[in-house]
Amino acid sequence: MLFVLLVVVVLNFLMLHLAPGDIADTIAQTMGGADEQDMAELRQQYGLDQPFFIQLFNYVIRVALLDFGHSHFYNLPVFDLIMERFPATLLLVFSAQILSLFVGILLGVYAAQNPNGLSSLFVNMFSLFGYAAPVFWTGILLLIAFSLHIPIFPVSGMRDITIETDNFFVHFFDVLRHLFLPMITLASIFFAYYSRLCRASMLEVLGADFVRTAKAKGLSKKDVLLKHALKNSLSPVITFAGLSFSAVVSGAILVETVYSWPGLGTLAFNSIISRDTPVLLGILIFSTLMVTVGNLLTDLTLKALDPRIKI
Amino acid sequence: MLENEEIEEPTIKPVKEIFQTFFKSYSAVTGLVILIGIAVMGFIGPLFYPTDPFDMVWMPFSPPGADGFLLGTDYLGRDILSQIINGARVSIAIGFSAALVSCFIGVGIGSFAGFYGGWVEETLMRITEFFQVLPTLLFAMVIVALFGSSVLSITLAIGAVSWASVARITRSEFLRIKELDFVLASRSSGSNNMALIFRVILPNAAAPIIVQSALLVGAAITFEAGLAFLGLSDPNVISWGQVIGSNRVYILDATYTVTFPGIAIFITVLAISLVGDGLNDALNPKLRSR
Repeated sequence: MLFVLLVVVVLNFLMLHLAPGDIADTIAQTMGGADEQDMAELRQQYGLDQPFFIQLFNYVIRVALLDFGHSHFYNLPVFDLIMERFPATLLLVFSAQILSLFVGILLGVYAAQNPNGLSSLFVNMFSLFGYAAPVFWTGILLLIAFSLHIPIFPVSGMRDITIETDNFFVHFFDVLRHLFLPMITLASIFFAYYSRLCRASMLEVLGADFVRTAKAKGLSKKDVLLKHALKNSLSPVITFAGLSFSAVVSGAILVETVYSWPGLGTLAFNSIISRDTPVLLGILIFSTLMVTVGNLLTDLTLKALDPRIKI
Repeated sequence: MLENEEIEEPTIKPVKEIFQTFFKSYSAVTGLVILIGIAVMGFIGPLFYPTDPFDMVWMPFSPPGADGFLLGTDYLGRDILSQIINGARVSIAIGFSAALVSCFIGVGIGSFAGFYGGWVEETLMRITEFFQVLPTLLFAMVIVALFGSSVLSITLAIGAVSWASVARITRSEFLRIKELDFVLASRSSGSNNMALIFRVILPNAAAPIIVQSALLVGAAITFEAGLAFLGLSDPNVISWGQVIGSNRVYILDATYTVTFPGIAIFITVLAISLVGDGLNDALNPKLRSR
């Protein structure tokens, strides 16, 4: 995990280095121009006159000390900026992931009981839709349908600032109401994949000997399905969910932009428009951290499901 | 003569069988026909519908069907039908070349990892794992934001971030195939490592790699659209993503400016995935019963 983060940081630095343009030039430009002597001073001040590896080393140390640089657009340290937005993205990513797993597994189990029936066809069509529809487009369509034509859900944001009570539940439901559409949109890419995978692995497990034994013991259909078959067919689904964490984070950026959800995605979008590179690089490091933590949670879940797995 | 026939027969039959299975599947053929139709639209369409996609031809936000513009006009009064016809070319080109780039990287890394094993495999798979953990869209955003948004940099960025799945599949196929007898036979008849990798093992590992690459084309098209939606597209070239991205601000006033290019992307990617499924069935006889 630390290795992955270190590589991201080094990669960040390399990209900054390889990108066309001189950082000192950019700084001089925002100051309104500088002569040769000022430029030399600038380079010294920012350590740009140092050898490549020393600059790299300094950069890694700074990031390790949580110093991601300074956003020249917001005029704030990048770390503070990211911490302010991070919880919103975390909420969106994890709720969408959990929802899509839940719905996906439910659909998969249902479809597996009748592999050539209508429900299986539905699951297949659904997964094609999830693969083919660009997520921001799905988002826009849902937005138009459920905020514009049938105004049940708010158009954008995460909170209604006109609410005046301090009641926790009022705020909780307010966030939930704002969360609903973005969560569904983001989950729409994935429940299709999960249901298809769950259907396939359920079909495999349902043909196994221990399921026949369970049936022969006289267990009810529900117990066979949920206690014996499902538990053994979950591990490919969970593994895939872990692998798709980075895709969920990528999707979250687009979804957040559609719904103006105040998370890292909208921050990334704004920092592209304002050419705020330090913020973009900071977000890259942070979301990689989020994905690695997600992967770790997946591994732990897998171990809990199947004690044979060792980490 | 007789011997010759006996040897040749099985080498011709599988290809024929692949074609037969592929063309027997209605959904695969439908996908292929749609895909060819879209490609023809992109490359020959402008001859029949000569309106320039960058020309301001009418009032902004003219709704579909009104004033003789079938799909309406965008925020600058440009013809959306013409934008979709001309955008097909770039979207498909970016999709295919980005998939080709990731295929090259993925096959290269996967085959060396699978063939050599040991520390080579360890290192290369660590790199692959890293690219699987990296949030791909963000990484591509950083590349495009730093190196400028030209068609070339967008294509390379998409290709550079999406090869991990190809590498994993190639590696696992190599691990399986390199233990088989014909590889040993080839080695004992004096093939060197490069010949073994690229002429003996790779052709036998091709089927799943081709299927995965077909799916990558579709993913690359949506990827490009996603980048364009965030404002990272080549402003000098019309692509479907760019149409969506430039009209994004006006979605609540003029839904159709975003809906139509979205439908175009949806249909194209759907067609590609149907073709991919068809290829999968045709190339993997074992999976046919699923």
